[in-house]
Amino acid sequence: MPAVSKGDGMRGLAVFISDIRNCKSKEAEIKRINKELANIRSKFKGDKALDGYSKKKYVCKLLFIFLLGHDIDFGHMEAVNLLSSNRYTEKQIGYLFISVLVNSNSELIRLINNAIKNDLASRNPTFMGLALHCIANVGSREMAEAFAGEIPKILVAGDTMDSVKQSAALCLLRLYRTSPDLVPMGDWTSRVVHLLNDQHLGVVTAATSLITTLAQKNPEEFKTSVSLAVSRLSRIVTSASTDLQDYTYYFVPAPWLSVKLLRLLQCYPPPEDPAVRGRLTECLETILNKAQEPPKSKKVQHSNAKNAVLFEAISLIIHHDSEPNLLVRACNQLGQFLQHRETNLRYLALESMCTLASSEFSHEAVKTHIETVINALKTERDVSVRQRAVDLLYAMCDRSNAQQIVAEMLNYLETADYSIREEIVLKVAILAEKYAVDYTWYVDTILNLIRIAGDYVSEEVWYRVIQIVINRDDVQGYAAKTVFEALQAPACHENLVKVGGYILGEFGNLIAGDPRSSPLIQFNLLHSKFHLCSVPTRALLLSTYIKFVNLFPEIKTTIQDVLRSDSQLKNADVELQQRAVEYLRLSTIASTDILATVLEEMPPFPERESSILAKLKKKKGPGTVTDLEEIKKERSSDMNGSAEPASVNASAVSTPSPSADLLGLGAAPLTNSAPPPSSSGSLLVDVFSDSASAVAPLAPGSDDNFASPDLASSEVVSEEPADTVHDADELFHKFVCKNNGVLFENQLLQIGLKSEFRQNLGRMFIFYGNKTSTQFLNFTPTVICSDDLQPSLNLQTKPVDPTVDGGAQVQQVVNIECVSDFMEAPILNIQFRYGGTFQNLSVKLPITLNKFFQPTEMSSQDFFQRWKQLSNPKQEVQNIFKAKHPMDAEITKAKIIGFGSALLEEVDPNPANFVGAGIIHTKTTQIGCLLRLEPNLQAQMYRLTLRTSKEAVSQRLCELLSEQF
Amino acid sequence: MQFMLLFSRQGKLRLQKWYVPLSDKEKKKITRELVQTVLARKPKMCSFLEWRDLKIVYKRYASLYFCCAIEDQDNELITLEIIHRYVELLDKYFGSVCELDIIFNFEKAYFILDEFLLGGEVQETSKKNVLKAIEQADLLQEEAKTPRSVLEEIGLT
Repeated sequence: MPAVSKGDGMRGLAVFISDIRNCKSKEAEIKRINKELANIRSKFKGDKALDGYSKKKYVCKLLFIFLLGHDIDFGHMEAVNLLSSNRYTEKQIGYLFISVLVNSNSELIRLINNAIKNDLASRNPTFMGLALHCIANVGSREMAEAFAGEIPKILVAGDTMDSVKQSAALCLLRLYRTSPDLVPMGDWTSRVVHLLNDQHLGVVTAATSLITTLAQKNPEEFKTSVSLAVSRLSRIVTSASTDLQDYTYYFVPAPWLSVKLLRLLQCYPPPEDPAVRGRLTECLETILNKAQEPPKSKKVQHSNAKNAVLFEAISLIIHHDSEPNLLVRACNQLGQFLQHRETNLRYLALESMCTLASSEFSHEAVKTHIETVINALKTERDVSVRQRAVDLLYAMCDRSNAQQIVAEMLNYLETADYSIREEIVLKVAILAEKYAVDYTWYVDTILNLIRIAGDYVSEEVWYRVIQIVINRDDVQGYAAKTVFEALQAPACHENLVKVGGYILGEFGNLIAGDPRSSPLIQFNLLHSKFHLCSVPTRALLLSTYIKFVNLFPEIKTTIQDVLRSDSQLKNADVELQQRAVEYLRLSTIASTDILATVLEEMPPFPERESSILAKLKKKKGPGTVTDLEEIKKERSSDMNGSAEPASVNASAVSTPSPSADLLGLGAAPLTNSAPPPSSSGSLLVDVFSDSASAVAPLAPGSDDNFASPDLASSEVVSEEPADTVHDADELFHKFVCKNNGVLFENQLLQIGLKSEFRQNLGRMFIFYGNKTSTQFLNFTPTVICSDDLQPSLNLQTKPVDPTVDGGAQVQQVVNIECVSDFMEAPILNIQFRYGGTFQNLSVKLPITLNKFFQPTEMSSQDFFQRWKQLSNPKQEVQNIFKAKHPMDAEITKAKIIGFGSALLEEVDPNPANFVGAGIIHTKTTQIGCLLRLEPNLQAQMYRLTLRTSKEAVSQRLCELLSEQF
Repeated sequence: MQFMLLFSRQGKLRLQKWYVPLSDKEKKKITRELVQTVLARKPKMCSFLEWRDLKIVYKRYASLYFCCAIEDQDNELITLEIIHRYVELLDKYFGSVCELDIIFNFEKAYFILDEFLLGGEVQETSKKNVLKAIEQADLLQEEAKTPRSVLEEIGLT
């Protein structure tokens, strides 16, 4: 029995609870509960009307049963009866039941809403309080519909009691969170802001939460809250510890309110008014100073409350990211905490420093703590603290300390908790690539990763190392040698066999001169692992073997014997069997020349964002520290991005060779059967999927790769004079959101495009197909940039063969570099002789600014924060236009993604709207772009808003995107 | 704050308060998972942990764990003190509160929480003001007391 039973104890309830507690087994408890439920049912159904007290008691018992974890499907009506009662005690229990067991029965909701309405109108503050609590607890849409208009009135009415104001503020906050569209902004908003000045600190506390949430979505409307919040904060931090009476908590004046005010200020950039700004800086300095003062109490509550305010102040300092002095002081303070005896403080210091590391002002200061953080990684006993240390090391990593940090992480990986191994592997892989000066170090690091934590090395990681080795010929010999050595280990991870198999298949010849790694030894080494591997790895090894046949004719017969063995030719797995059969056949019938062509070395991979990074982002969720860090680092652009500049000039790139797919890891071209080994973001497969058509010409004559279904009607043979650009605008616009397809077609000529872009670089393959059976002579395509365009866009092309045979196709590569933002498109002019006539035509080449978009994922909060920061009217461009195509949400989404920005889900409060974010990369600068598209189905209209830091960019992107819908 | 859970050392849920709409099934799943995670942690470990995309702040008082889930931008330390202030309120109201008080007077524990936190945000931090509100309500209850039957007095109905 309880030691104290305050108020109106219900004896029947207490006895029931005791009974339950005395039950010896789960079965006994269930039996007792069922008995009680039957009893309550019969009481509720009985003829005898129950008095309020009994009803209350039974409803309470039901609540108790529910809280034990049992389902309750009745009693709501009785609860509604109770809350409509005039007795406070019954009303209270009725409301409690409804708040805990929310029910969506509409009839019931009508009754509840009715009772709430009466209580709100009762002018009895206790009843009003209960009603408001119930709305805040349930927070359903129906309640928002009924009360969202009424509550603001209660909140700002002059005669409302303070306690009711507090409840009304938070009640409104809850409704705004669930149904923002139902809470009307209006006159009341300015009066709510003035609650920050209220005498009653409880009212200020509740109101600040409301204002913060509203200000996040309507920054303009609540802008005046900044100066009010600063002055309120200033009064609190300078007050003596006794001034605020009961609002002082363990000698800390109003810590909750201080934290909330600091949070509110994080919705805005630093105040523009110098007086306000000065006052705020003073506040922040005072808070930092207080951290150095001796504690006023030994109680942990004192230090927690004080440090809660301190950490929030540091968050604000980081958010403003404008006062180097404060940032460095914050960093020093956190540095002290890194060695604090309280685990909680060490944890928070590590966490907070992660965000500091991304500020250019404090990045260096953060780096000075590297030894402490590494030490934390080794000595912290709590895995969640170690996890923070890993995050911080990742955040503080740059070229100067990458080797040390990667080494420490690898070291830690040996003993790391299983729960965080995969993440550490991803982080090591990213850092090793990003800061590799010497690619042998990179190769060593990844092989170490596989050795130490092979099971946690995802496909993205080992695909990536292969891509890099293939793209960098200076490291290929080293890679071959290193994998060969690593494979000597008696037990090596299957991922190592995959990497080893692939690399030796491509570059085994580079080490074959050494008798210790002769072709036969290489082959035997790989084949000794074969039988221990899974099917996809074996398939990969078979491809390696056929490449060996090409590289090392001297071991051809050995390999053929292996391929011919029953275990291969009659393998139960259809994929393996087919590979064995076809490779054996290929090795037998093809001449060395054909073999060499088919099995030519892999062409370099197109540059693209590391998919490892994407995976890490996905793992950590959008809007995390990592994300922020990426954006900031990209902006400051002093880092070694993952795109190697060397590849810009890689115009020597061979076209995806017909053999590419043959040796692909997954899609088996000769068989057309096997699905990729992994369906999840498998990179290599992805690389090829774009070029499926270009790879197709294994079958001769199928070079008409670009007969896309959306091909517009053929145009009449053009004999137009030069310089009139072909009016192919519609086709041009199609390319804004896609990279491949047919750009132009008439009876003679078809022009197809395939292009890829990465940051500020791109490469475009132009395919000219002669549709006739007659040769084109003097065929000269030229890419022309106007004088305006020339400084912004750097294009390099190679001349093509002046003769194009009938039915043939020639290809031209354009290397593209975006130097600064631009408006126009370059022109592709083509001249040739066909029969006796001279042909001259021009089309716009779809190289548009949005091609240099890199998508940026961010949380709703980040989005709106940035949105606000771009509120200068010159930064915004808006267009309202009629829909030209059916308004289909899925198509719209695809177009926004195709446009190049990230499509941010669940960011806009209205789910019908679309928002996107990304960064335009040019050589000289990077421009953050936010976009929002609001469809109006009824009117068949769209409103498109672009906000970027540059007016011309907003303008151009808006123009381009508006044409798409 | 997204929700608050009170549970015992044995993993029995004593109080649950949800500030975001979730289905009963989801609530049960979350509860099960979190109770397990928190109970598995050792005493000296830090009071915060990342869980899904939320931050969990928890503290043990005697046999009871108080556990709050907050969002990414929320302040961990102040949440720890929210827990402490709630414990103080319970303590003051019941007079050295123990787990049994919360079991037998669960409705009071809810009422006190509603006065202190609403919609997941701190509504009133003054201990005096919160308790004044609860005591006023108790007074109303006293006035409303109705005579009970003999059977009820001995707890038989």
